Amino acid sequence: MLKTRIIPCLQLINESLVKTIKFDKYGYIGDYINTVRIFNELEVDELCFLDIRATKENRKPNIKILHEIADECFMPLSYGGGINNFDIAKQILSIGFEKVVINTAAAKNPELITEISTHFGAQAVVASIDVKKNVWGKYHVYINDGSEKFNMDVTEWAKRLEQLGAGEILLTSMDREGTWLGFDVEITKKVAAAVGIPVIANGGAGNIEHIADVVKNGMASAVGLGSMLVYQKKGMGVLVNFPDKDEIEKQLL
Amino acid sequence: MITIINYGMGNLGSVQNMFKRIGVPTEITNDINEIKKAQKLLLPGVGAFGAAMQKIEESGLREILDQKVLEEKIPVLGICLGMQLLSQSSEEGISPGLGWISARTLKFNFTNSALKIPHMGWNTVHPVKESRLIENFDNETRFYFVHSYYVKADNAEDVLTTTHYGLDFDSIIQHENIYGAQFHPEKSHKFGMRLLENFARI
Repeated sequence: MLKTRIIPCLQLINESLVKTIKFDKYGYIGDYINTVRIFNELEVDELCFLDIRATKENRKPNIKILHEIADECFMPLSYGGGINNFDIAKQILSIGFEKVVINTAAAKNPELITEISTHFGAQAVVASIDVKKNVWGKYHVYINDGSEKFNMDVTEWAKRLEQLGAGEILLTSMDREGTWLGFDVEITKKVAAAVGIPVIANGGAGNIEHIADVVKNGMASAVGLGSMLVYQKKGMGVLVNFPDKDEIEKQLL
Repeated sequence: MITIINYGMGNLGSVQNMFKRIGVPTEITNDINEIKKAQKLLLPGVGAFGAAMQKIEESGLREILDQKVLEEKIPVLGICLGMQLLSQSSEEGISPGLGWISARTLKFNFTNSALKIPHMGWNTVHPVKESRLIENFDNETRFYFVHSYYVKADNAEDVLTTTHYGLDFDSIIQHENIYGAQFHPEKSHKFGMRLLENFARI
């Protein structure tokens, strides 16, 4: 049976591994390569790396460290951050990453999604959507590391990204990210019901019940985990870890 | 030494990397003279069936590959699209395949189901026939799959494992010296290493 993918989503700022709370203040986690080795040994399903400030700081993806990561990893890999043209996407896909994650560039230049998808297949393109709920309960799409509002309805944007050729949607709740309070099941379900491609729910995971909740009730095909994999507990020190896989499978039944 | 055929499709670095980790020497090549000397071949592949067959034909390697596999009968392992290329045809386009195994490549087609296409993620394989390629596989053995098409062998005796996704499809096949695996061993942790080690020992 196909297993629900549980994907560590690791945040980079250039060469530092960090963890943010609600896209804002962040803590340092440590050395990326040590962390990668631990996840390799833990045999995680897949790894996602996002250089969260690359676009905002106008940096290109750091090919050197992506190379180091790809050489260490025997699992599927995705990378996002600063990918704004075809050639850079091609370079990342050629060094051992299976997927590129596109967010801001999709809003500025939607054809980029189509170009990469046509050339490498839809499975190589993950479209990332960051969403925030306003005080009236309405969801808005944000780009550029959550700093710029993108005037598009969330589900319409997801459908459009699918039409453009995206193979997956990485849906991140800015309100939940780094909070340990659980995923935003409501928006995940809306988006997952609107598209035919897999939706990866991201932002807010604090325990195994949260994972089961968004898979069962939010129709998520996969989940992204952050804080709970790099901290001992909420508010405590850094400890790279992974929840009990048998326990996850039991909860997902 | 395992000769990895470079015909211009797919990321060969990851495959070579895993062989390196398990201590098996490899070369990546598209040189006819190197392939002539090969003892064992690995046929990788990511992308579209037609484009891959076109590249193989254009590369001028077809003749030497046929000779090594069909006449000298050296072991060959096709992975992912490389497995599909072993078959005679694909519903993805009109190009014939290499035709080394009596099989066809079909498209997943789930009209009354919420199953997503491609079949993407970790899935288990169920051994149906013994072979050195799948030695030491157990119920926990799982692999990373990404594909929208699957291979259907014409002869049941060519099927080593099946995998369930909407239907039971052939995930590892073998006909004499010709092997195919639908998943990505190079992205499947110790399970992939086990498969590649087994292939290296054949």
